[in-house]
Amino acid sequence: MVDIPRRSLLAGIAALTAGACAKIGESETGKDVIATADGWHRAAHRALAGKQGLVKEYAPEDRSPTFKGNGSKTVETPFYQDQLAKGFPDWKLTVGGLVEKPLSLTMADIRALPQRTQITRHDCVEGWSAIGEWTGPQLSALLDAAKVKEEAKFIVFRCADTLYGRSYYESVDMVDAYHPQSIVAHSLNGEPLPEKNGAPLRMRLERHLGYKHPKYLTGIEAVASFAKIGDGKGGFWEDVAGYQWYGGI
Amino acid sequence: MTKHALSTRLWHWVNAAAIIVLFMTGLNISNAHRYLYWGDYGFDPKDAWLAVVKFPGWATIPGYYNLAVARDWHIIAAWPFGVGLLFIWIAMLVNGHFRRDLTTKPSDWTPGAVIASVKAHSPAGGAAHHGYNAVQKILYGGVFGVLLPLMVLTGLSISPGFEPAAPWLIDLFGGRQSARSLHFLAAWGIFGFFVIHIVLALADWRLIVEMFTGGKRPDPASAPVAVPAPAPETLPPAEGAMDHG
Repeated sequence: MVDIPRRSLLAGIAALTAGACAKIGESETGKDVIATADGWHRAAHRALAGKQGLVKEYAPEDRSPTFKGNGSKTVETPFYQDQLAKGFPDWKLTVGGLVEKPLSLTMADIRALPQRTQITRHDCVEGWSAIGEWTGPQLSALLDAAKVKEEAKFIVFRCADTLYGRSYYESVDMVDAYHPQSIVAHSLNGEPLPEKNGAPLRMRLERHLGYKHPKYLTGIEAVASFAKIGDGKGGFWEDVAGYQWYGGI
Repeated sequence: MTKHALSTRLWHWVNAAAIIVLFMTGLNISNAHRYLYWGDYGFDPKDAWLAVVKFPGWATIPGYYNLAVARDWHIIAAWPFGVGLLFIWIAMLVNGHFRRDLTTKPSDWTPGAVIASVKAHSPAGGAAHHGYNAVQKILYGGVFGVLLPLMVLTGLSISPGFEPAAPWLIDLFGGRQSARSLHFLAAWGIFGFFVIHIVLALADWRLIVEMFTGGKRPDPASAPVAVPAPAPETLPPAEGAMDHG
């Protein structure tokens, strides 16, 4: 028998494991395992924390000195640039899809609703964190005003920004949509949202990683399924890079 | 009596597979943002206490940068790792492995005990192969009692969806970025143990076989205190000879 040096043997085992994982991940069974695990993680978190469990809210002095912008940092359309310069007088947020009373709200309408302010930590999927104070109406208030129909199972967020030639979008289920800390934020640290952080509106879905908090928000849509939206995986990064739809882990 | 209980052997190999996947996918995840911070927030490399090297493809799963795939396998392997740790702790407490092999006496922490342990592990120290020596007790105890639980708890605490279940956990570690730093440090602590463990196991391949078969525990009553150079075995065991209980 050939005497394989131990070090090569270990490297070989490592390489086999690595190769196997990549292969398994590409197979249909592998995809099923990953999708099933995605559901498990969500179920486990909700079983442990409760559907309405709140994330930690911080004191004003805990805020990070700045708030990193990541992904899209602007929208390169003439309309957006013009609105940005003027303070978004003509920006509209629609609430539609499976609702009884579709809405089209101006920034003034949104600021006139009951507001929630929360100082929360933003955790990027890459690993970094920033802390900021967000203000805006709860998503549940908008959904209640539009009267979401029974058959709606998910809320899809439509955005003005594009990356790699695709429109950004995201989606969450009704539990996260109606979570008390899910707000449509128009302010960061007491100021209107900066351009890099999603001006004029972004979602805060605090029990999720950053890619689940869409920026430059234009529409909120109640749907029964997101299978026909984008590539059908429920969000921009889910479609483009295969990130988990459940962004709580 | 077997040297390694079935529960120990099962857990050992499942855990070994889980740890390899967790460590190598973890290095891939580290490449996504190669800076570590203390406290609750941290995103600016200027504030980092450590700029981590970029781990090469041969050290990561998959063998190229892919955060999504690495995260998928990392959080799947976390299940057998976390649940397995709970399982082995219960098994060790029930079957006496913990009390017998992992609890230390004050005398185990003395330089003399360390020297005795090293001697026992040297080729000349063949007699001391039953039971754990002081260094083994301290190392295994540190891994089971500190590193492995720290890995699970820091891992849970950096997950925003888990946070509402135990918001105090993140404070216990001094903030989310501190928990992330500790997760990284504990991973390398386990890696260090892994290297020593493999080197020492490869020094005597029978130890690896025993981790599959269970091996036999020497009877403490009849074990000789010092073994002279083993006589060459020429005679087959007598028929019907009693096996060790």
